[in-house]
Amino acid sequence: MLEIKNLSVAVEGKKILHNVNLTIGTGETHVLLGPNGSGKTTLLMTIMGFPKYQVTDGNILFKGEDITKMPMDERARLGIGISFQRPPVVRGVKTKDMVMASMKDKSTPELVATLANKTDLTEFLERDINYGFSGGEIKRSEMMQLLAQKPDLALLDEPESGVDLENIALIGKLINELLEKDSPMHSRNSMGLIITHTGHILEYVNARNGYIMLDGTISCMGDPHEILTEIKACGYGQCAKCAFRSAHHV
Amino acid sequence: MDNAPNAPSEVHIMSNISESKKEKAQSAINKKAAMGEDIDLSQFTRSAEEHPYRKDPSELNAATKSKMLEAGLMLDDPSQRTGTFIQMDNTPIHSSVKEEGVEVMPVSQAMKKHDWLADYYWKAVAVDTDKYTASVELGQNDGYFIRTLPGVKTNYPVQACLYLSKAKFAQNVHNIIIAEENSELHIITGCTTSLGNEPGMHMGVSEFYIKKGAKVTFTMIHSWNPEFAVRPRTAAIIEEDGLFLSNYVLMKPVNTIQMNPIARCNGKNATARFNSILVARPDSNIDVGSRVYLNAPGARTEIISRAITMGGNIVARGYIEGNAPGVKGHLECRGLILTEKGTIHAIPELKGNLAGIDLYHEAAVGKIAEEEVEYLMARGMTREQATATIVRGFLRVDIEGLPSMLNDELQRAVKTSENDFM
Repeated sequence: MLEIKNLSVAVEGKKILHNVNLTIGTGETHVLLGPNGSGKTTLLMTIMGFPKYQVTDGNILFKGEDITKMPMDERARLGIGISFQRPPVVRGVKTKDMVMASMKDKSTPELVATLANKTDLTEFLERDINYGFSGGEIKRSEMMQLLAQKPDLALLDEPESGVDLENIALIGKLINELLEKDSPMHSRNSMGLIITHTGHILEYVNARNGYIMLDGTISCMGDPHEILTEIKACGYGQCAKCAFRSAHHV
Repeated sequence: MDNAPNAPSEVHIMSNISESKKEKAQSAINKKAAMGEDIDLSQFTRSAEEHPYRKDPSELNAATKSKMLEAGLMLDDPSQRTGTFIQMDNTPIHSSVKEEGVEVMPVSQAMKKHDWLADYYWKAVAVDTDKYTASVELGQNDGYFIRTLPGVKTNYPVQACLYLSKAKFAQNVHNIIIAEENSELHIITGCTTSLGNEPGMHMGVSEFYIKKGAKVTFTMIHSWNPEFAVRPRTAAIIEEDGLFLSNYVLMKPVNTIQMNPIARCNGKNATARFNSILVARPDSNIDVGSRVYLNAPGARTEIISRAITMGGNIVARGYIEGNAPGVKGHLECRGLILTEKGTIHAIPELKGNLAGIDLYHEAAVGKIAEEEVEYLMARGMTREQATATIVRGFLRVDIEGLPSMLNDELQRAVKTSENDFM
C-alpha cells in the first residue's frame, strides 16, 4: 500500500504541491488527470524520491514504512519504479545495460531477449539508451525497463504521449502485464499510478480511481472515465470553479 | 620465422641516411615543440646496457610479462598474433613473424635488407619538426619495421612493445610501417616501463605508408609511470582507397605526454580514423590531438576523443583540413571532469579550403549530468554504481572497422585501467 498524507512539496523554494492525500491499495491502479503545470509530475517525482523535490510537510508511507526521507535508489530497491515522460540520453550506456541493471541479479540474456521482443526493441538493445529514439520507442523502452524491474508500485508519467495509435495499444498491453491486470485483484501485488493528459491510455488500461490535480491540490476524485468525460465536455476550467466552490463550502 | 639480428643491436644506420637529413636534424636540436611543455633532454642518458636476444619471449620474467600484458602484449600464448617485436631500452630483444608475406624486424635490420627503405625515412614526418625528431635522427636506438606485401591480409595482429627498464634513460626509436597495395595489417603496440616511480623519456617517430587499397589498424596502449615524459611523433600517408585506423589508450599515470599524429589522405577515397581514450591522473599533463588533411576527392575522416580528468590537465585537439571536393570529416571531443581540480581544454578545428566539402565537429566538456545519474538510480543503482556505469559508457567507443578480437582487447585494456580509478 502507498499512503500519502498531507504532502506539501517545493521545488527550488517554490511551493508546488499543497496538502496532498492519496492512498493506493495493493492491486489497485489510480489515474491522475490535470492540466499542464498542475503538479502531476511533481507528485510522481516526489514519490520516487528525486532530490530536487523537497517535502516541506507530510509523509509518504510505502509498505508500511515511512520513505519520506529515503534515497531514491533505496526506494527503487524497495519496489517503486517509474516510467519517465522525457528520460535523458546517456551516451555509452546501452539499452541492454539498463534492462540488466533493472533486473539486478535475476538478469539473464534470455530474459533480456524476451523482454526486448515483447516491447519490439530487439534492435535497440545495443544502442545507447534513448539516443535517437522516437517518442514511441522511448515509451516502450521505459516499459521494458519497468517490466525488468517488476516494481510493486509503478509510476507512469504520460505513457502514451508522443505515441502513435498502434503503439498505444502495445503500451496499454505492457502496462496491463506490469500491473497484473489479468489476475484477480486479490492476487495482484502491483499498484499503479498513471498520469495521463489526454486519457487515451484509459481505453486500454482499466482503472477505477481517478483524480484531478489543480494548482498542486487534488480537487476531485471518482471514476476516471466519468471524470474524463466531464473534462472533455467542460474543460479543466469548470473543475477549477467546482474546486473553488467546494473549498468555500468547506 | 625468427629475425634474430646478425649484428649488435645498437646499429648505426646513419650511412643510409642522407647528410642533409642529419644537418636538418642538427639545426633543430634545440627547437622547442609547437605544443606541450619543453623537456630538458640533457637530464636523460642515451646509453643503456645491451639486453640478450630472446628467441622465446615467454622466457622473460613474470613481472616484465605482466607489464607487457597490461599494454596488450601476449607472450605466453602468441597463437593469436601474426608477429612479435620487443625492444628493451636500446635493444631489440625479439622479433618474429609467423605468416608469409609479412615482415617484422628491427628497423636497423630492415635497412640492410631493403636498399629502398631509406626513401621512406622522414618522408611522412619532417626530421626538423622539433628537438624530439632531431634527437631521434641523431641518436636513434633502432625501432621496428613492419610490412605487409601486396595483397597479403594478416589473420591476427602483429604485436610490438617498446619497453624501458633503465631510469633516466631516453629511448629514441624510429618505426616504419608499410602496407603495400591491397594488403591488410593490424598492429597492437604497447609502450611501457618496469620503472615504478623513476623518471624516463620515450621519443618515438612512427611513419605509416598505406598504399592503394591497403588497410592498417594501429592500436596503441601506453602504460608509463607518474615521472615519465613522452613525445611520440607520428604521421601516415594514405593512398587511394586506403584506410588508416588509429586507436590510442592512455589511462595510466604519466608526467607529460604531447603528441599530435598527422594523417594525409592523399589518394582518392582515402580514409583516416582516430579514436583516443585519455585519462589524466593528478599531476599528469596530457596534450593529445590528431590532424587530418583531406587532400583528394572523396577522402574522409573521423576523429573521436574521450577525455577524463581526475585532477590532471588534458588538451584534446583535433584538426581537419579539407583540400579537395567531396571530402567529409567529423570531429568529436568529449571531456568529463570527475574531480574538483583538473582541466580539459578541447580544441576542435576545421579548415575548409574550397566549396563542396563537409566538415563538422562536436565538443562538450563538463561533469556528469545529475539527470543521468538519477535516471540510473531510479532503476535501483547506488550513486556510485550509476556514476561508474556512466563513466564506463563514456569510455566505450565503438570503433568501426576494428576486428572484434582487437576491439575486445581494447575494451579489456580500458576495463583493467578503469578498476584503478573507479
